[in-house]
Amino acid sequence: MRAPWRNVKDADVQRAVGNLLRGGVLLAAAVVLAGGVVFLWRHGTALPDYRTFRGEPLDLRELGGIVRDAFSGTGRGLIQLGLLLLVATPVARVAFTAVAFAFERDRTYVLVALLVLSLLLKSLAG
Amino acid sequence: MNTLVFSLTLAVAAFGAGFLGSLTGLGGGFIITPLLTLVFGTEIRYAIGASLISIIATSSGAAAAYVKEGFTNLRVGMLLEIATVVGALVGASLTTVLPTRALIVLFGTVLLVSAYLTTRPHAEHLTAALPPDPLASRLRLDSEYPTAGGPVRYRVRHVPGGFALMWVAGVLSGLLGIGSGAVKVLAMDQVMYLPFKVSTATSNFMIGVTAAASAGIYLRHGYVDPGLAMPVMLGVLAGSLVGARLLFGARTDRLRLLFAVALVAVAVEMIYKGVAGGR
Repeated sequence: MRAPWRNVKDADVQRAVGNLLRGGVLLAAAVVLAGGVVFLWRHGTALPDYRTFRGEPLDLRELGGIVRDAFSGTGRGLIQLGLLLLVATPVARVAFTAVAFAFERDRTYVLVALLVLSLLLKSLAG
Repeated sequence: MNTLVFSLTLAVAAFGAGFLGSLTGLGGGFIITPLLTLVFGTEIRYAIGASLISIIATSSGAAAAYVKEGFTNLRVGMLLEIATVVGALVGASLTTVLPTRALIVLFGTVLLVSAYLTTRPHAEHLTAALPPDPLASRLRLDSEYPTAGGPVRYRVRHVPGGFALMWVAGVLSGLLGIGSGAVKVLAMDQVMYLPFKVSTATSNFMIGVTAAASAGIYLRHGYVDPGLAMPVMLGVLAGSLVGARLLFGARTDRLRLLFAVALVAVAVEMIYKGVAGGR
Protein backbone atom coordinates (compact mmCIF):
# COMPACT_ATOMS: atom_id res chain seq x y z
CA MET A 1 0.00 0.00 0.00
CA ARG A 2 1.09 3.54 -0.72
CA ALA A 3 2.03 5.95 2.07
CA PRO A 4 -1.27 7.31 3.38
CA TRP A 5 -0.30 10.96 3.38
CA ARG A 6 0.72 11.60 -0.15
CA ASN A 7 0.35 10.36 -3.69
CA VAL A 8 3.15 11.35 -6.02
CA LYS A 9 1.04 11.61 -9.13
CA ASP A 10 -1.67 13.66 -7.46
CA ALA A 11 0.21 16.86 -8.33
CA ASP A 12 0.02 16.09 -12.07
CA VAL A 13 -3.63 15.15 -11.78
CA GLN A 14 -4.34 18.39 -9.95
CA ARG A 15 -2.67 20.48 -12.64
CA ALA A 16 -4.54 18.70 -15.41
CA VAL A 17 -7.88 18.99 -13.63
CA GLY A 18 -7.27 22.70 -13.10
CA ASN A 19 -6.53 23.25 -16.79
CA LEU A 20 -9.56 21.20 -17.84
CA LEU A 21 -11.90 23.26 -15.65
CA ARG A 22 -10.47 26.60 -16.78
CA GLY A 23 -10.49 25.61 -20.48
CA GLY A 24 -14.08 24.38 -20.32
CA VAL A 25 -15.36 27.54 -18.65
CA LEU A 26 -13.52 29.86 -21.07
CA LEU A 27 -14.76 27.94 -24.13
CA ALA A 28 -18.34 27.98 -22.80
CA ALA A 29 -18.14 31.71 -22.04
CA ALA A 30 -16.85 32.44 -25.58
CA VAL A 31 -19.75 30.53 -27.19
CA VAL A 32 -22.30 32.21 -24.87
CA LEU A 33 -20.81 35.62 -25.69
CA ALA A 34 -21.00 34.95 -29.44
CA GLY A 35 -24.61 33.79 -29.07
CA GLY A 36 -25.36 36.86 -26.93
CA VAL A 37 -24.10 39.22 -29.63
CA VAL A 38 -26.28 37.54 -32.27
CA PHE A 39 -29.27 37.47 -29.90
CA LEU A 40 -29.03 41.15 -28.96
CA TRP A 41 -28.33 42.19 -32.57
CA ARG A 42 -31.58 40.56 -33.69
CA HIS A 43 -33.84 40.92 -30.68
CA GLY A 44 -32.28 43.85 -28.77
CA THR A 45 -35.28 46.09 -29.33
CA ALA A 46 -37.90 43.53 -28.27
CA LEU A 47 -39.42 43.78 -24.80
CA PRO A 48 -38.26 41.15 -22.30
CA ASP A 49 -40.90 39.42 -20.18
CA TYR A 50 -39.86 37.05 -17.44
CA ARG A 51 -42.68 37.87 -15.01
CA THR A 52 -44.73 34.80 -15.76
CA PHE A 53 -43.26 31.38 -16.24
CA ARG A 54 -43.99 29.82 -19.62
CA GLY A 55 -40.95 27.54 -19.88
CA GLU A 56 -38.60 27.36 -22.83
CA PRO A 57 -39.71 26.10 -26.26
CA LEU A 58 -39.06 22.39 -26.67
CA ASP A 59 -36.10 22.79 -29.04
CA LEU A 60 -34.16 24.69 -26.34
CA ARG A 61 -34.72 21.96 -23.76
CA GLU A 62 -32.81 19.04 -25.22
CA LEU A 63 -29.44 18.37 -26.82
CA GLY A 64 -30.59 17.60 -30.39
CA GLY A 65 -32.73 20.73 -30.67
CA ILE A 66 -30.08 22.97 -29.12
CA VAL A 67 -27.38 21.73 -31.49
CA ARG A 68 -29.73 22.18 -34.50
CA ASP A 69 -30.63 25.72 -33.42
CA ALA A 70 -27.01 26.61 -32.73
CA PHE A 71 -25.81 25.42 -36.13
CA SER A 72 -28.59 27.28 -37.91
CA GLY A 73 -27.08 30.34 -36.24
CA THR A 74 -29.83 31.50 -33.87
CA GLY A 75 -28.54 33.51 -30.92
CA ARG A 76 -30.62 31.62 -28.38
CA GLY A 77 -29.44 28.27 -29.77
CA LEU A 78 -25.80 29.36 -29.57
CA ILE A 79 -26.16 30.61 -25.99
CA GLN A 80 -27.84 27.36 -24.98
CA LEU A 81 -25.02 25.38 -26.63
CA GLY A 82 -22.49 27.40 -24.61
CA LEU A 83 -24.44 26.64 -21.44
CA LEU A 84 -24.39 22.93 -22.33
CA LEU A 85 -20.59 23.14 -22.74
CA LEU A 86 -20.47 24.73 -19.30
CA VAL A 87 -22.54 21.91 -17.78
CA ALA A 88 -20.32 19.38 -19.57
CA THR A 89 -17.16 20.82 -17.95
CA PRO A 90 -17.61 19.31 -14.45
CA VAL A 91 -18.93 16.11 -16.05
CA ALA A 92 -15.73 15.84 -18.12
CA ARG A 93 -13.77 16.50 -14.95
CA VAL A 94 -15.40 13.50 -13.25
CA ALA A 95 -14.62 11.29 -16.28
CA PHE A 96 -11.03 12.52 -16.23
CA THR A 97 -10.61 11.76 -12.50
CA ALA A 98 -11.94 8.24 -13.13
CA VAL A 99 -9.13 7.70 -15.66
CA ALA A 100 -6.55 9.29 -13.37
CA PHE A 101 -7.53 7.02 -10.47
CA ALA A 102 -7.35 4.04 -12.85
CA PHE A 103 -3.74 4.97 -13.64
CA GLU A 104 -3.04 5.04 -9.90
CA ARG A 105 -4.66 1.58 -9.65
CA ASP A 106 -7.05 2.94 -7.04
CA ARG A 107 -10.03 0.65 -7.65
CA THR A 108 -12.24 2.16 -4.95
CA TYR A 109 -12.06 5.64 -6.40
CA VAL A 110 -12.43 4.48 -9.99
CA LEU A 111 -15.74 2.98 -8.86
CA VAL A 112 -16.67 6.16 -6.94
CA ALA A 113 -15.93 8.35 -9.98
CA LEU A 114 -17.83 6.02 -12.34
CA LEU A 115 -20.83 6.00 -10.02
CA VAL A 116 -20.92 9.83 -9.95
CA LEU A 117 -20.41 9.93 -13.71
CA SER A 118 -23.26 7.53 -14.42
CA LEU A 119 -25.62 9.50 -12.16
CA LEU A 120 -24.70 12.72 -14.00
CA LEU A 121 -25.11 11.19 -17.46
CA LYS A 122 -28.43 9.62 -16.50
CA SER A 123 -29.69 13.00 -15.25
CA LEU A 124 -28.54 14.82 -18.39
CA ALA A 125 -29.95 12.18 -20.74
CA GLY A 126 -33.31 12.27 -18.96
CA MET B 1 -36.79 48.72 -20.99
CA ASN B 2 -35.94 46.77 -24.16
CA THR B 3 -33.93 43.55 -24.27
CA LEU B 4 -30.60 45.28 -25.00
CA VAL B 5 -30.85 47.66 -22.03
CA PHE B 6 -32.26 44.88 -19.84
CA SER B 7 -29.36 42.55 -20.69
CA LEU B 8 -26.66 45.19 -20.18
CA THR B 9 -28.15 46.33 -16.86
CA LEU B 10 -28.42 42.74 -15.71
CA ALA B 11 -24.83 41.97 -16.81
CA VAL B 12 -23.52 44.94 -14.76
CA ALA B 13 -25.56 43.87 -11.71
CA ALA B 14 -24.38 40.26 -12.12
CA PHE B 15 -20.78 41.51 -12.36
CA GLY B 16 -21.26 43.21 -8.98
CA ALA B 17 -22.79 40.04 -7.53
CA GLY B 18 -19.91 37.87 -8.76
CA PHE B 19 -17.37 40.42 -7.55
CA LEU B 20 -18.79 40.64 -4.02
CA GLY B 21 -19.46 36.90 -3.94
CA SER B 22 -15.87 35.95 -4.60
CA LEU B 23 -14.39 38.76 -2.50
CA THR B 24 -16.39 37.69 0.56
CA GLY B 25 -16.27 33.97 -0.20
CA LEU B 26 -20.05 33.70 0.04
CA GLY B 27 -20.51 32.93 -3.66
CA GLY B 28 -22.47 34.84 -6.29
CA GLY B 29 -25.39 32.43 -6.53
CA PHE B 30 -27.03 33.64 -3.37
CA ILE B 31 -27.37 37.16 -4.73
CA ILE B 32 -28.49 36.26 -8.24
CA THR B 33 -31.90 34.81 -7.40
CA PRO B 34 -32.97 37.66 -5.05
CA LEU B 35 -31.54 40.17 -7.57
CA LEU B 36 -33.57 38.67 -10.40
CA THR B 37 -36.80 38.20 -8.46
CA LEU B 38 -36.81 41.34 -6.28
CA VAL B 39 -35.11 43.87 -8.59
CA PHE B 40 -35.69 42.59 -12.13
CA GLY B 41 -39.14 41.11 -11.48
CA THR B 42 -38.29 37.68 -12.82
CA GLU B 43 -40.36 34.60 -12.01
CA ILE B 44 -38.43 32.51 -9.47
CA ARG B 45 -38.06 29.42 -11.68
CA TYR B 46 -36.29 31.43 -14.42
CA ALA B 47 -34.14 33.02 -11.69
CA ILE B 48 -33.19 29.64 -10.21
CA GLY B 49 -32.27 28.34 -13.69
CA ALA B 50 -29.99 31.29 -14.47
CA SER B 51 -28.46 31.16 -10.99
CA LEU B 52 -27.63 27.45 -11.22
CA ILE B 53 -25.85 27.97 -14.54
CA SER B 54 -23.80 30.90 -13.24
CA ILE B 55 -22.73 28.81 -10.23
CA ILE B 56 -21.14 26.20 -12.49
CA ALA B 57 -19.10 28.95 -14.17
CA THR B 58 -17.82 30.63 -11.00
CA SER B 59 -17.16 27.46 -9.00
CA SER B 60 -15.26 25.81 -11.87
CA GLY B 61 -13.16 28.95 -12.31
CA ALA B 62 -12.33 29.12 -8.59
CA ALA B 63 -11.84 25.35 -8.34
CA ALA B 64 -9.26 25.49 -11.13
CA ALA B 65 -7.06 27.81 -9.05
CA TYR B 66 -7.51 25.93 -5.75
CA VAL B 67 -6.84 22.51 -7.31
CA LYS B 68 -3.55 23.69 -8.79
CA GLU B 69 -2.40 25.10 -5.46
CA GLY B 70 -3.03 21.73 -3.82
CA PHE B 71 -5.71 22.74 -1.31
CA THR B 72 -8.41 20.50 -2.73
CA ASN B 73 -8.79 17.00 -1.33
CA LEU B 74 -9.76 15.11 -4.51
CA ARG B 75 -10.73 11.89 -2.71
CA VAL B 76 -12.95 13.60 -0.15
CA GLY B 77 -14.53 15.61 -2.98
CA MET B 78 -15.19 12.59 -5.19
CA LEU B 79 -16.59 10.50 -2.35
CA LEU B 80 -18.94 13.21 -1.09
CA GLU B 81 -20.08 14.00 -4.63
CA ILE B 82 -22.04 10.74 -4.51
CA ALA B 83 -24.10 12.28 -1.69
CA THR B 84 -24.49 15.74 -3.23
CA VAL B 85 -25.40 14.43 -6.70
CA VAL B 86 -28.07 12.07 -5.35
CA GLY B 87 -29.36 14.92 -3.16
CA ALA B 88 -29.39 17.35 -6.10
CA LEU B 89 -31.44 14.94 -8.21
CA VAL B 90 -34.02 14.72 -5.41
CA GLY B 91 -34.00 18.51 -4.91
CA ALA B 92 -34.31 19.42 -8.58
CA SER B 93 -37.23 17.00 -8.98
CA LEU B 94 -38.94 18.59 -5.96
CA THR B 95 -38.54 22.05 -7.50
CA THR B 96 -40.71 21.04 -10.44
CA VAL B 97 -43.65 20.12 -8.17
CA LEU B 98 -43.41 22.57 -5.23
CA PRO B 99 -45.48 25.78 -5.35
CA THR B 100 -43.33 28.85 -6.14
CA ARG B 101 -44.28 30.59 -2.89
CA ALA B 102 -42.84 27.68 -0.92
CA LEU B 103 -39.64 27.99 -2.96
CA ILE B 104 -39.37 31.70 -2.18
CA VAL B 105 -39.86 31.20 1.57
CA LEU B 106 -37.43 28.28 1.62
CA PHE B 107 -34.86 30.32 -0.30
CA GLY B 108 -35.10 33.13 2.25
CA THR B 109 -34.72 30.69 5.13
CA VAL B 110 -31.67 28.96 3.65
CA LEU B 111 -30.19 32.40 2.93
CA LEU B 112 -30.60 33.35 6.62
CA VAL B 113 -28.94 30.15 7.84
CA SER B 114 -26.08 30.48 5.35
CA ALA B 115 -25.43 34.11 6.30
CA TYR B 116 -25.14 32.94 9.90
CA LEU B 117 -22.91 29.98 9.03
CA THR B 118 -20.45 32.00 6.99
CA THR B 119 -19.93 34.67 9.64
CA ARG B 120 -19.60 32.43 12.69
CA PRO B 121 -16.01 32.12 13.91
CA HIS B 122 -14.48 28.82 12.90
CA ALA B 123 -12.03 26.90 15.05
CA GLU B 124 -9.45 24.73 13.33
CA HIS B 125 -9.20 21.15 14.51
CA LEU B 126 -5.60 19.98 14.79
CA THR B 127 -5.95 16.38 13.76
CA ALA B 128 -2.44 15.26 12.79
CA ALA B 129 -1.80 13.86 16.29
CA LEU B 130 -5.12 12.01 16.49
CA PRO B 131 -5.27 8.25 15.91
CA PRO B 132 -6.44 7.42 12.39
CA ASP B 133 -10.16 6.97 11.83
CA PRO B 134 -10.68 3.41 10.49
CA LEU B 135 -13.13 4.33 7.71
CA ALA B 136 -11.19 7.44 6.65
CA SER B 137 -8.00 5.38 6.48
CA ARG B 138 -9.65 2.65 4.43
CA LEU B 139 -10.84 5.32 2.01
CA ARG B 140 -7.42 7.03 2.11
CA LEU B 141 -8.91 10.43 2.88
CA ASP B 142 -6.10 11.72 5.14
CA SER B 143 -3.86 14.17 3.32
CA GLU B 144 -1.85 17.36 3.64
CA TYR B 145 -2.17 20.94 2.48
CA PRO B 146 0.28 23.77 1.78
CA THR B 147 0.85 26.54 4.35
CA ALA B 148 3.44 29.30 4.70
CA GLY B 149 5.45 26.96 6.96
CA GLY B 150 5.37 24.01 4.56
CA PRO B 151 2.83 21.19 4.08
CA VAL B 152 0.65 20.36 7.09
CA ARG B 153 -0.91 16.92 7.55
CA TYR B 154 -4.48 16.37 8.63
CA ARG B 155 -6.72 13.44 9.37
CA VAL B 156 -10.36 13.11 8.40
CA ARG B 157 -13.05 11.92 10.86
CA HIS B 158 -16.79 11.21 10.96
CA VAL B 159 -17.22 10.25 7.32
CA PRO B 160 -20.86 9.01 7.60
CA GLY B 161 -21.99 12.23 9.34
CA GLY B 162 -20.29 14.40 6.71
CA PHE B 163 -21.81 12.25 3.96
CA ALA B 164 -25.33 12.71 5.39
CA LEU B 165 -24.97 16.49 5.69
CA MET B 166 -23.62 16.60 2.12
CA TRP B 167 -26.80 14.91 0.94
CA VAL B 168 -28.77 17.76 2.54
CA ALA B 169 -26.48 20.28 0.81
CA GLY B 170 -27.21 18.53 -2.49
CA VAL B 171 -30.99 18.66 -1.96
CA LEU B 172 -30.85 22.39 -1.21
CA SER B 173 -28.63 23.00 -4.24
CA GLY B 174 -31.02 21.23 -6.60
CA LEU B 175 -34.09 22.72 -4.98
CA LEU B 176 -32.97 26.36 -5.03
CA GLY B 177 -30.31 26.57 -7.75
CA ILE B 178 -27.62 27.55 -5.26
CA GLY B 179 -24.14 26.14 -4.59
CA SER B 180 -24.87 25.31 -0.92
CA GLY B 181 -21.24 26.21 -0.24
CA ALA B 182 -21.95 27.18 3.38
CA VAL B 183 -23.49 23.78 4.19
CA LYS B 184 -20.75 21.93 2.29
CA VAL B 185 -18.04 23.76 4.23
CA LEU B 186 -19.91 23.04 7.48
CA ALA B 187 -19.98 19.32 6.70
CA MET B 188 -16.26 19.26 6.02
CA ASP B 189 -14.71 21.62 8.55
CA GLN B 190 -17.09 21.09 11.49
CA VAL B 191 -18.19 17.47 11.05
CA MET B 192 -15.21 15.88 9.30
CA TYR B 193 -12.55 18.17 10.88
CA LEU B 194 -10.92 19.17 7.58
CA PRO B 195 -8.85 22.39 7.68
CA PHE B 196 -10.97 25.42 6.72
CA LYS B 197 -9.02 26.21 3.55
CA VAL B 198 -9.23 22.60 2.41
CA SER B 199 -12.98 22.62 3.12
CA THR B 200 -13.53 25.80 1.09
CA ALA B 201 -11.43 24.54 -1.82
CA THR B 202 -13.05 21.10 -1.86
CA SER B 203 -16.52 22.67 -1.58
CA ASN B 204 -15.80 24.80 -4.68
CA PHE B 205 -14.57 21.69 -6.44
CA MET B 206 -17.85 19.88 -5.70
CA ILE B 207 -20.28 22.71 -6.47
CA GLY B 208 -19.93 22.38 -10.26
CA VAL B 209 -20.67 18.65 -10.22
CA THR B 210 -23.61 19.06 -7.85
CA ALA B 211 -25.06 21.81 -10.05
CA ALA B 212 -24.49 19.79 -13.24
CA ALA B 213 -26.70 17.05 -11.76
CA SER B 214 -29.62 19.50 -11.43
CA ALA B 215 -28.92 21.26 -14.72
CA GLY B 216 -30.31 18.39 -16.81
CA ILE B 217 -33.61 18.46 -14.93
CA TYR B 218 -33.81 22.28 -15.07
CA LEU B 219 -33.13 22.27 -18.83
CA ARG B 220 -35.79 19.66 -19.55
CA HIS B 221 -38.39 21.62 -17.60
CA GLY B 222 -37.57 24.82 -19.47
CA TYR B 223 -36.10 26.76 -16.49
CA VAL B 224 -32.95 27.80 -18.36
CA ASP B 225 -33.72 30.81 -20.55
CA PRO B 226 -30.79 31.76 -22.81
CA GLY B 227 -31.70 35.46 -22.91
CA LEU B 228 -31.62 35.62 -19.11
CA ALA B 229 -28.77 33.17 -18.45
CA MET B 230 -26.41 34.87 -20.93
CA PRO B 231 -25.92 38.24 -19.17
CA VAL B 232 -26.06 36.59 -15.74
CA MET B 233 -23.44 33.95 -16.51
CA LEU B 234 -21.04 36.32 -18.29
CA GLY B 235 -21.45 39.05 -15.67
CA VAL B 236 -21.01 36.79 -12.64
CA LEU B 237 -18.03 35.03 -14.19
CA ALA B 238 -16.22 38.28 -15.03
CA GLY B 239 -17.03 39.73 -11.60
CA SER B 240 -15.77 36.68 -9.74
CA LEU B 241 -12.53 36.63 -11.74
CA VAL B 242 -11.83 40.27 -10.86
CA GLY B 243 -12.84 39.64 -7.23
CA ALA B 244 -10.48 36.67 -6.97
CA ARG B 245 -7.59 38.85 -8.24
CA LEU B 246 -8.21 41.36 -5.47
CA LEU B 247 -8.70 38.70 -2.82
CA PHE B 248 -5.02 38.10 -2.28
CA GLY B 249 -3.88 40.37 0.51
CA ALA B 250 -7.23 42.03 1.02
CA ARG B 251 -8.76 42.09 4.49
CA THR B 252 -12.30 40.98 3.93
CA ASP B 253 -13.64 40.35 7.45
CA ARG B 254 -15.63 43.58 7.71
CA LEU B 255 -16.80 43.38 4.11
CA ARG B 256 -17.95 39.84 4.81
CA LEU B 257 -19.95 40.94 7.84
CA LEU B 258 -21.50 43.84 5.94
CA PHE B 259 -22.42 41.53 3.11
CA ALA B 260 -23.95 38.98 5.51
CA VAL B 261 -26.11 41.72 7.04
CA ALA B 262 -27.29 42.70 3.56
CA LEU B 263 -28.11 39.05 2.84
CA VAL B 264 -30.19 38.86 6.03
CA ALA B 265 -32.19 41.88 4.86
CA VAL B 266 -32.73 40.26 1.46
CA ALA B 267 -33.73 36.98 3.12
CA VAL B 268 -36.32 38.69 5.31
CA GLU B 269 -37.76 40.49 2.29
CA MET B 270 -38.03 37.21 0.37
CA ILE B 271 -39.71 35.37 3.25
CA TYR B 272 -42.13 38.29 3.66
CA LYS B 273 -43.00 38.34 -0.04
CA GLY B 274 -43.41 34.59 -0.16
CA VAL B 275 -45.73 34.52 2.85
CA ALA B 276 -47.65 37.63 1.75
CA GLY B 277 -48.12 36.17 -1.72
CA GLY B 278 -46.10 38.66 -3.78
CA ARG B 279 -43.76 37.60 -6.51
